[in-house]
Amino acid sequence: MEERIMLKGSVALAEGALTAGCRYYFGYPITPQNDIPEYLSLHMPERGGVFIQAESEVASINMLLGAAAAGARAMTSSSGPGISLMQEGLSYMAGSELPCVVVNITRSGPGLGGISPTQGDYKQATCGGGHGDYYLIVLAPSSVQEMYDLTIRGFELADKYRNPVMILGDAILGQMKEPVTLRDAKPVTYDKPWALTGPKGRKPQLVKSLYLKDGEMEVHNWKLAEKYRRLAEEDTMVEVDEDADADIAVVAYGSCARIVISAVEMAREEGIRVSRIRPITLYPFPSGEIRRVSEKVGRFLTVEMNTGQMVRDVRLSVAPGCDVRLLARPGGAIPTPQQILAEIRKALE
Amino acid sequence: MKQVFKRPETLIKTTTHFCPGCHHGTVHRLVAEAIDRLGVREDTIGVAGVGCGVFLYDYLAVDVCEAPHGRAPAVATGIKRVNPEKIVFTYQGDGDLASIGMSEVVHTANRGENITVIFVNNSVYGMTGGQMAPTTLLGQQTTTSPRGRDFHYDGYPIRMAEMLATLEGVAFAARVAVDKPANLRKAKQAVNTAFEMQAKNMGFTFVELLSACPTNWYMTPLAALRRIEEEMIPYYPLGIFRQRKAADYL
Ligand SMILES: Cc1ncc(C[n+]2csc(CCOP(=O)(O)OP(=O)(O)O)c2C)c(N)n1
Ligand code: SF4
Repeated sequence: MEERIMLKGSVALAEGALTAGCRYYFGYPITPQNDIPEYLSLHMPERGGVFIQAESEVASINMLLGAAAAGARAMTSSSGPGISLMQEGLSYMAGSELPCVVVNITRSGPGLGGISPTQGDYKQATCGGGHGDYYLIVLAPSSVQEMYDLTIRGFELADKYRNPVMILGDAILGQMKEPVTLRDAKPVTYDKPWALTGPKGRKPQLVKSLYLKDGEMEVHNWKLAEKYRRLAEEDTMVEVDEDADADIAVVAYGSCARIVISAVEMAREEGIRVSRIRPITLYPFPSGEIRRVSEKVGRFLTVEMNTGQMVRDVRLSVAPGCDVRLLARPGGAIPTPQQILAEIRKALE
Repeated sequence: MKQVFKRPETLIKTTTHFCPGCHHGTVHRLVAEAIDRLGVREDTIGVAGVGCGVFLYDYLAVDVCEAPHGRAPAVATGIKRVNPEKIVFTYQGDGDLASIGMSEVVHTANRGENITVIFVNNSVYGMTGGQMAPTTLLGQQTTTSPRGRDFHYDGYPIRMAEMLATLEGVAFAARVAVDKPANLRKAKQAVNTAFEMQAKNMGFTFVELLSACPTNWYMTPLAALRRIEEEMIPYYPLGIFRQRKAADYL
């Protein structure tokens, strides 16, 4: 039976991982995501899993690489500097086509930065982040329910595409408590005939990302590219709250999209015709839906908790001539509904 | 007639990419023999570090995972935790293990992770063209210590086996050489012991093998063998520095 309980965002995420069948967690402490490892250090062993506090994020991501190569559902979580340290490992995992889930409960930056809510890692997350021609699948929850649901979905997508998935959250999503409906449906699983388990009754297998022979690497790059194309076609997720006669569309993701909901309600009370678009997958970016809406709406407003990162993807997606504006608050500052409403009014002047 | 010498089943019949006189091939063989001896080929997963040993999978008929440079012990940790009943080993050079991967090997050893680490110490970075390694001997000329390694500039060569032997999680830490038959026999014993102890769940096992890289030592294979005896062994003494008798830490 489905159960509805009050949970904190980080706990919902951890429960999502357990529901998805993740039994291996590797991580190194960093604020503001410590609730996740603390919760899993208790509950992972209780459910027959393994929790290791690694000596660094470099070690975490490589333990994850090993567990994934062995065919297990495994995850790590971190923030800003720790995620930066994981980039080499993520690149190897994308290159070796290994599935995993990496959670980034962001910190503002650059550098040691601050721990208040921010979306400054959009660029790093959606452009691959490490070296080479690859992408992460990036999911952006916007509620505690989605911290749970998208974590489960994350493990499914990671296995489906054999690619690392990043859950991009922030301190608001990690810390707030909301009612969550726990799922009893079984998560989708995938056979992993490629997993390293020792060559019993079969040929030896290999997990690698090194391609030195002439032309080999290009073939591999195109194979990955085809996978990302299929991903965009089949698994792009976006929430569109559309007014068929809208004069403006507001785009925001994650915790910022919550504030936009309030602003849009206030605008509609004033009689302003406005649509709202919330990308749920940041990679693949819902360019198609944005393009479709922009064919009818000539003005867009992007709201972000950074200096303007997603706005570039919005500009690349909209129909020619569409005016895309930006309301940006970096460094842990949070835009208010009033501020967003004022921007909407200004754009329509 | 009884056959007394043959290619181990774990060693794939092929030619290698190693330079003449390189000891990587010898160490591959020792690992293959140890796996054959325990009859665990089908239950073995190797982790290849980045260096001239990265093509492990072309030579050993076991499952192999490539690890980023230095991270093989962390990768092996992940594999072993998922497959605790399998035999898991890493194969690493001295740049890989003693420089960029120092943190991973120390903490993996300290956790008493039940894996075997095969450490090929040839006192240079082979794959990248003979640069100075943390194990490069004082006075040794490399492409990045053209005047010879000077401790004022570069510090001292690191003795990994002794260092790891101080950690409680370590079940076995030994240094051997593969330069002549007498040493080779001991090397074979040490590698066998390490894999056997892993099979008995006794904890982290480590074998450092003093090996030649004639190419980046600018020597003939014969001169390289002499160098192991005359220059390496005096600084890197052979022996077993720690050997647990039972899995008593459990
Ligand atoms: C992060 C990173 N830095 C540098 C390198 C380049 N690199 C490849 S192999 C190697 C050193 C190999 O030397 P060693 O570990 O001693 O092994 P050998 O080739 O001598 O067997 C280096 C520095 C790399 N692959 N990755
Ligand atoms: S460069 Fe050195 S370590 Fe590498 S294969 Fe040649 S001799 Fe062996």
